[in-house]
Amino acid sequence: MTLTAWLPALIVLSSAIPGLVIFFLKEEQVAARTLLNMAGATVKLLLVGLLILGIQDHQVFESRLALAPGLELVLHADALSVLLVALSSGLWFVTTIYAIGYLEGSPYRSRFFGFFSLCVSATVGIALAGNLITFVIFYEILTLTTYPLVAHRGTPQATRGARIYLAYTMIGGVLLLAGAVWLQVLAGPVDFIERGMLAALPVERFGQLQAIFFLLIAGLGVKAALVPLHGWLPQAMVAPAPVSALLHAVAVVKAGAFGIVRIVYDVYGVEFAQALGLLTILAVLASITIVYGSVLALLQDGIKKRLAYSTVSQVSYIALGTALFGPLGTIGGLVHLVHQGLMKITLFFGAGNYAETLGIHKVADLDGVGRRMPWTTLAFTIGALGMIGIPPVAGFISKWYLGIGALKAEMDWAILILAVSSLLNAAYFLPLLYRAWFRDPPAAWPKESIPRGALETRASLLVPPLITAALALALGLFAAAPFGVLEWCRLIAAREYGL
Amino acid sequence: MIDTLALAITLPLLGALAAVARPRAARAIGLITALVTTAGVAALVIEVAQFGLRRTDLGGWGAPLGIALQADGLAAALLAMTNLVALAVSLYASDYFGDGPIRRHFWPLWLLLWAALNGLFLAADLFNIYVALELVGLAAVALAALTGTREALTASLRYLLASLLGAITYLLGVALLYAAHGTLDLGQLANAIAEGPVAWTALVLMTGGLSIKAALWPMHFWLPPAHGNAPAPVSAALSALVVKAAFYLVLRLWFGLYDTAATLAAAHFLGFLGAGAVLWGSWQALRAERLKRMAAYSTVAQMGYLFLFFPLLAAAEPGAAREDLLAALVLFALSHGFAKAALFLAAGHIQQCAGHDRIAELSGTAQRLPATTFVIALASVTLIGLPPSGAFTAKWLLLSGAIAAGQWWGVLVVLAGTLLAAAYSFRLLGRAFGFEPTPYRCITAVHTEVPALALALTATLGLGLAGDALWTLLQVGGPR
Repeated sequence: MTLTAWLPALIVLSSAIPGLVIFFLKEEQVAARTLLNMAGATVKLLLVGLLILGIQDHQVFESRLALAPGLELVLHADALSVLLVALSSGLWFVTTIYAIGYLEGSPYRSRFFGFFSLCVSATVGIALAGNLITFVIFYEILTLTTYPLVAHRGTPQATRGARIYLAYTMIGGVLLLAGAVWLQVLAGPVDFIERGMLAALPVERFGQLQAIFFLLIAGLGVKAALVPLHGWLPQAMVAPAPVSALLHAVAVVKAGAFGIVRIVYDVYGVEFAQALGLLTILAVLASITIVYGSVLALLQDGIKKRLAYSTVSQVSYIALGTALFGPLGTIGGLVHLVHQGLMKITLFFGAGNYAETLGIHKVADLDGVGRRMPWTTLAFTIGALGMIGIPPVAGFISKWYLGIGALKAEMDWAILILAVSSLLNAAYFLPLLYRAWFRDPPAAWPKESIPRGALETRASLLVPPLITAALALALGLFAAAPFGVLEWCRLIAAREYGL
Repeated sequence: MIDTLALAITLPLLGALAAVARPRAARAIGLITALVTTAGVAALVIEVAQFGLRRTDLGGWGAPLGIALQADGLAAALLAMTNLVALAVSLYASDYFGDGPIRRHFWPLWLLLWAALNGLFLAADLFNIYVALELVGLAAVALAALTGTREALTASLRYLLASLLGAITYLLGVALLYAAHGTLDLGQLANAIAEGPVAWTALVLMTGGLSIKAALWPMHFWLPPAHGNAPAPVSAALSALVVKAAFYLVLRLWFGLYDTAATLAAAHFLGFLGAGAVLWGSWQALRAERLKRMAAYSTVAQMGYLFLFFPLLAAAEPGAAREDLLAALVLFALSHGFAKAALFLAAGHIQQCAGHDRIAELSGTAQRLPATTFVIALASVTLIGLPPSGAFTAKWLLLSGAIAAGQWWGVLVVLAGTLLAAAYSFRLLGRAFGFEPTPYRCITAVHTEVPALALALTATLGLGLAGDALWTLLQVGGPR
């Protein structure tokens, strides 16, 4: 047994095993739990580092397990999977630190962290899935492991939000399953191969392939929050802030978006999908979602709700980039997978800090918070400016490539969508920043629960957003650096188009 | 060499006799018998896997005169599941009944049921199957009546009548075959049976009788009250094992004994009934007010899935595709056996601790009974058919077969059944995190949670990830 055959499995297990052990810890065993969490997160990061080095060395990493004749669980690391693996492992690390600080003293933490770790394992499994059935398996496991996190607080709103989340994702899961099985009946075992494998099928099956595409996209669209399948996302906002951060930046919505990327590039093949006329429809769906999400974000007065609708809009940039035929659009979509993750998690950390420290939940209560919590607000500002697409934050790079990609794909109207969306982004983010920095603070905060000490809030709450904000800034400033994310996405795009 | 085939039956039978003779020590006798029997059957299953088909003629008398016992891969697979579940049920029951009065009646009956089940799986001729079937039925009815409440007695009486009707109908079919061919041995009959009215009538009668016992919709009427009112360990055995035994016989008849003679139209008819079972059973489970009633209706639905395989199997050419379907069918049955037993055992915990099992009033179980809630969640994963359970692999193959055969109605039924199962499972799990106060009277000891947890993990992780081994096992003397 060599490392190449075990590494993908180990990367999944490095969070699953601590998660399972944590379930059995008693509530008051804080030190043991923290140690397990951080050890798991560190080991995972190291293993991912090993994986990236190996892939640059052209090693092939693959773990296999037969479930039944013809059905195999395959974990395979390719350039695309590394993108999501690295993102989720990195953000899991910071989110764990944040969650430990955020949940300090609250009940049922063993249960929380157990599912939290399993949830990340499922995401990494999705990233490393080497064929369609493996993807479906981890996609469903992700549904199951996030449900208890959404319901965690146990309030009527929490159980209701979790129920709605489950209803949406179960229906999506069933559609995905139907599409996946149907595709496997038509084409045999569906492995994820660069440039896809379906173009070789006889012409009379193309009609069925189109139908299957819509089943798959509908199934994935639920988690990716494509309009009109997005209804669960604002409801799931009742979850604790670290969960929202995880759901929005790394796990759930990314799983959906990543699935769409996989289906278009590595199952159908982007050229074949274009030939079947599927990309245009996907682009239209994504565009509707982008505008709709932004408009609704403008109407929300709760900070987390506003961020939620912003996610609906921003995640569809990835789908849009996927649907813009041409390497530049692809790069824009892929790079946004990482950028959106970093920026959105920063924003959620910020919102969580406001709520946890000062009891601020509404936009109107943000007045002058920049003076009380300058560092949090700085990170929040970087995230928000990035979302709008202002250079030099990373979001600008995404929008730049998407824009050029739209021109190259001869979908000029998509530029209009990007422009409208950016204006709307500005309209719903800038007032927050204005209130935070330029308005006078009120006499008393809604509910100040962490007094001001040397730091504006707990260190474990403050450090994570600063790290992610710095990364978002760095990815924008040093986008052209060798071995950077952008470079990596260029490599993927080149392979997907056979350049 | 010790004859493990005979041991699988005689060990629990001896235990049952000992428990009658020494009622004070019934619990200890029961536990020891459970462990020894399971070990013996484990040895048998390993023998089958290593050396192939096992057959023994008791007393040296061969067919058609003597009694023969035979274990092929299919029998071994079901024996393995049955005995593991039975072991877990025994461990659970020793705590559940404690030293109360019911224990005196429970252990002899339970060990008798166990012996009869093992005998049924190993029987190599149609008459021995009948004897085992009757014994299973009678022991099961008596166990279902153990609590002695009015509801339980009414339900058991109904169960008894349905069970007798099923057995008699089956026996009529057997008599027809005996009259025509002069033998009851499965192997000899398989060669002798020719297409014709006699063979047909016999098949219809035997299948009809067995489907009453397997609770195939709409002949399921007796199941929900009987399974819902029995003590929890008994419900687990009834739902996981007893209905499965009747189904096993249908499978033997259709794809072992008759094989070529079974026609597509009849298989389609069974498939339609299965579809009705999936939809009706799941719907009733969704509407059930009590947890155990919900679990019982869920059994009706899950049995329906098994019959959904029939039209596909009948249509498939002999070969790899058909073997895959058959293995998927067995995998589904095994997964359900483990998961449903786990669910009933967990439901018993909840009932003991809360004093009732009304779903609408069961809030906050995740906080108060975390391990039990976890068991229910794991079992639900299998019942819904989600990964990483064996039921997911089986469902994937079922869907795959249905799509390949162009049976779109089957696809829709499976998908609808999946959603309905998710809906009824999460009616309970959705309340688990709630904070509305539910008075729970006890904190369960850790070791009482272990049997149910082990069963649920086997269904949801074990069979899901190691299901491939089943394919190898089923190769042993599998249906031709």
